[in-house]
Amino acid sequence: MAMLQRQITAAVKVSETRLRQRLRLGERVIEGWIFLAGLLAIVVLLGIIFILFKEGLPIFAYTSPWEFLFGTEWCPVSDPPTFGIAPFFVSTLMITLIATVIAVPVGVACAAYLSEVAPKRVAEAIKPIVEILAGIPSVMMGFIGLALLSPLVQSAFKLNTGLCGLTAAIMLALMSLPIIVSVSEDALHAVPREFKEASYALGATKWETIWHVCIPSALSGIAAAILLGVGRAIGETMTVLMVAGGALAVPVSPTDPMTTMTAAIASGIGNAVRGGLQYQALFAVGLILFALTLTVNISAERVLERQKRKFTR
Amino acid sequence: MTTGVVNSRRISQRTALTFLGLATAITVVPVLFIIIYTIINGGAAISWDFLTQFPSQAGRAGGILPAIIGTFYLMLGTLVFALPLGVMAGIYLTEYARDNWLTRLINLAIVNLAGVPSIVFGLFGLSVFVLAFNFGLSLLAASLTLACQALAMVITSSREAILAVPREYREGSLAIGVTKWQTVRYIVLPQALPGIITGAVLAISRAAGETAPILVVGAAFLLPKLPQSPFDQFMALSYHLYTVSAHVPNMPKETVWGVALVLLVVVLSFDMLAAAIRIKTRRRKQS
Amino acid sequence: MSINLNVSDISAKPVQKCVTKLKTERVNLYYGSFQALRNITLDISSCAITAIIGPSGCGKSSLLRLFNRMNDLIPNARVEGNVELDGIPIYDAKIDVVDLRKRVGMVFQKPNPFPMSVFENVAFGPRRHGIKSRGQLEEIVEKSLRQAALWEEVKDKLGQSALALSGGQQQRLCIARVLAVEPEVILMDEPCSSLDPVATLKIEDLMRSLSQSYTIIIVTHNMQQAARVSDMAAFLMMEPDRAGVLVEYGPTAQIFTNPKDKRTEDYITGRFG
Repeated sequence: MAMLQRQITAAVKVSETRLRQRLRLGERVIEGWIFLAGLLAIVVLLGIIFILFKEGLPIFAYTSPWEFLFGTEWCPVSDPPTFGIAPFFVSTLMITLIATVIAVPVGVACAAYLSEVAPKRVAEAIKPIVEILAGIPSVMMGFIGLALLSPLVQSAFKLNTGLCGLTAAIMLALMSLPIIVSVSEDALHAVPREFKEASYALGATKWETIWHVCIPSALSGIAAAILLGVGRAIGETMTVLMVAGGALAVPVSPTDPMTTMTAAIASGIGNAVRGGLQYQALFAVGLILFALTLTVNISAERVLERQKRKFTR
Repeated sequence: MTTGVVNSRRISQRTALTFLGLATAITVVPVLFIIIYTIINGGAAISWDFLTQFPSQAGRAGGILPAIIGTFYLMLGTLVFALPLGVMAGIYLTEYARDNWLTRLINLAIVNLAGVPSIVFGLFGLSVFVLAFNFGLSLLAASLTLACQALAMVITSSREAILAVPREYREGSLAIGVTKWQTVRYIVLPQALPGIITGAVLAISRAAGETAPILVVGAAFLLPKLPQSPFDQFMALSYHLYTVSAHVPNMPKETVWGVALVLLVVVLSFDMLAAAIRIKTRRRKQS
Repeated sequence: MSINLNVSDISAKPVQKCVTKLKTERVNLYYGSFQALRNITLDISSCAITAIIGPSGCGKSSLLRLFNRMNDLIPNARVEGNVELDGIPIYDAKIDVVDLRKRVGMVFQKPNPFPMSVFENVAFGPRRHGIKSRGQLEEIVEKSLRQAALWEEVKDKLGQSALALSGGQQQRLCIARVLAVEPEVILMDEPCSSLDPVATLKIEDLMRSLSQSYTIIIVTHNMQQAARVSDMAAFLMMEPDRAGVLVEYGPTAQIFTNPKDKRTEDYITGRFG
């Protein structure tokens, strides 16, 4: 009886082991796929960098980098074609600057209001609305700018057309607000309560506490918020495409119609002969655009890391 | 202490706080204004015909059915590519990855991918999917492009959802001789599912609103038929709005607002779906 | 060769004489550069309930987790020395850790039932090990719940969520969950510390009945519990550099009434800890 039991035990162990081996092999395969999926983000990012270089670099055999970056004539159809992106670069800079100057004070002030002043229920009601703003598609914001804002700008500044950098900058400012508000609010929330209590205990008013204690403590988080907003503004395409006017000259004032780097790519790529000079030039613009947003976003990430380290003890 | 000093501080406090409230109003009012204005102006155009007919007269009459269908095809395509890969990447990062240079590089890549401008994704999709893979201007190329763009978001939200599953469940499973993958598949993933779904819904809601990438890889304005295969070109609400608002002369105003309204409804309803799932999950966890 | 077998036909452990079930030889455990355990040498008998006692933070749980390699889950944990189960070194590279954890099960300090029904909790282990037949699973679930002294209380609510049970019931459910995979050793890491006294006594009774068929090692910071429940006791203490060492190991009765080491005596009599 004992021998039978031992035989049965042995048999069960064998079939168990075989089943286990089959299961483990299957799992190894799955885990292999999981590892490959993990690498995907790197693969895609490297792919983007590779493509931008591969398709864009050849233009510098035709145009020198200096002429490309600082040339003021973008004429793909002239004979010979010239590719100077100064108009686009200046436009991007101008629109981003104005949008940031508008959005940062408003955004940080709103964040301060939500974090320090508003009663909890009001803040809870307002935050979803800000999130909805973040969710409105850029083509929709472009349409609103086109239909509603540009006539206003046109009449306010007595222009020929309201489609200009200023209109784009205002819409862009609206679109950057959610990220500035949310990241600044996180930063303000992270300010330890003890700082604020110390300030109140010394007899400071709420505003004085906000201005002299909260905002300075949250400064690096706010800086990160600003950088992220700037990154968003630089990379925005549809809104500026629809609203900034599309002119190819270097803009002199915000009320000039202009074309940013993003809009230049979007409007030009459809017509460009695949592999031709304009195609290469547009990819090169993409490369510069990518480098610009990458720098801004990496800086923002670094600042955020520093902020996190400051307040985790 | 003179009352003069106290009063001036109180006045500056009041002005300052008013400014803060004003800033909040500036942030909030436009959203509400946009939504209400769109409903008012676009509502007139919405009719059963508008939603179910093909456009005629270069979009000035008829309906926007192919654009709606095209947008849904795009959302589906993005989901099909981005969700499995993004979730698997999230599983790798939470359950299998060790704290080494490779993991740090992956995290860096994810953060940077999230910040890449949408038109650059368009260029990438054009060069890789349309040309190199030879998919041509197509739904497939567009779905893959939008999936690449959605990847960062899906990975991040999956990772957060999986991390939120309490360690005790994993320990309890491993301690009775269950393998790591079985633990992930039968314990961790089911628990993380609501968070993963929320992230996926938000990602495809964003895909529905994207215009710049699809401009470059396959969206078309007026197509006579619905796409019959993934290799066909397609119409999309976002691209349709762009074209009718900026490139078609003599467009009836309410048609354009109607398109905007439909796009807004699609995007916002998916956003609200995600929020609803999030709230329902939080409430269930608390009970 | 295929044999149709009822898993319950094979008893959990044939009655046998007492042997060394687990042992450690001069084991050091490091977390990175921090040494958690130093020079631990211990023989665990198969038919005794062994208690690991000592002040908090001295490494009792770390020692317990050596036996089912749960320390492997900590990124920079490193084990030096020999740990054996039935004479086979378990830190050998060829050892199947998953199988080890099936043979050496663990119950945790805070009950951690899965967010599933009572039935699914107990059936989870056997299901993952390949048992698909509903009939077999039902048998295993009932047998395990009976062994864990929980069957009568939950037999009508097998489909209910395990999270609805009381703390003591949840812990017995976790014990049933471990029993369902037919282990040889059950490790218990302060199993009663989050339970009320009534539930605690129920679990202690359970331990005594289980020790007939399983080797049980329990970590406890409650000396009275150790005295009530265990046959052998190992007293661990922290040295100045915070590494845990084994001060004394012997029959519980002897440790508590006639300790050989003064440090043991100081701890037992409450002078510190």
